Amino acid sequence: MVPLSYYLLLGGILFACGVTGFLIKRNIISIFLSIELMLNGVNLSFVAFAAQWHALSGQVFVFFVMVVAAAEATVGLAIIIAVFRTRETLNVDQVNLLKL
Amino acid sequence: MHLILFLGFGAVCVAGAVNLLVQRHPINSALSLVVVMGALAGEYLLLGAEFLAAVQVIVYAGAIMVLFVFVIMLLNAGVEERTKGSRIALLFGVPGMLIGSVLVAWVLLTHSNTGEVAVGALPGPPKVIAQLLFHEFLLPFEVTSVLVLIAIMGAVVLASKPGPIPPGKKEE
Repeated sequence: MVPLSYYLLLGGILFACGVTGFLIKRNIISIFLSIELMLNGVNLSFVAFAAQWHALSGQVFVFFVMVVAAAEATVGLAIIIAVFRTRETLNVDQVNLLKL
Repeated sequence: MHLILFLGFGAVCVAGAVNLLVQRHPINSALSLVVVMGALAGEYLLLGAEFLAAVQVIVYAGAIMVLFVFVIMLLNAGVEERTKGSRIALLFGVPGMLIGSVLVAWVLLTHSNTGEVAVGALPGPPKVIAQLLFHEFLLPFEVTSVLVLIAIMGAVVLASKPGPIPPGKKEE
């Protein structure tokens, strides 16, 4: 038996690492990877709660989160490619204009 | 035994997440994220979510991360350089994360009257998940198919090269 709080703790640590990466990373792809890390931390909490309350809907929600994450990754990476094509850089400090 | 497995997978998870933060090259970050996702699949197995563990490995660690690695290699992303803004972010980001983690840990460990999770207590075979997915959650499921279709079209439009129309092809 593993206490539920341990799972939540692990999810929280992963989420915090993702937030930190989002803040300190300067490469746009690394920032995007940090967002994926945050999503994974939340997914772990979902599964832990689903097991705690014997509610399988929690697992279905994780499934939907994964689908949305896949769609988000596709569009986000396409945007990154478009940004790189116009700016020739991946550093977010140098991407400071919405205009082309 | 279960606690040992949980701690082992959890240690791998946290090590991968910290490595993601420390690495300067995006490809190293991406590969450490693959490690995190693999270890999370182990955690899902411990919780009895077999279907999700398989989906985690196939979709997350497989498909999505391959997409990331493709883009990193396509754009020839190099080591990120530090600027003044990034140092300020480092100055505030790391203490912020530490404070946040300690706060979350404190709350969870002092108010942990949430009981315990029996390992494998929740049977999550694909059959039961499919029953839920195609009965109760049928509408969201179909909506996600539209979402994925829109995402595909958006990616093609965004990533396609805007350029002059090649000769021999007329604009319609």
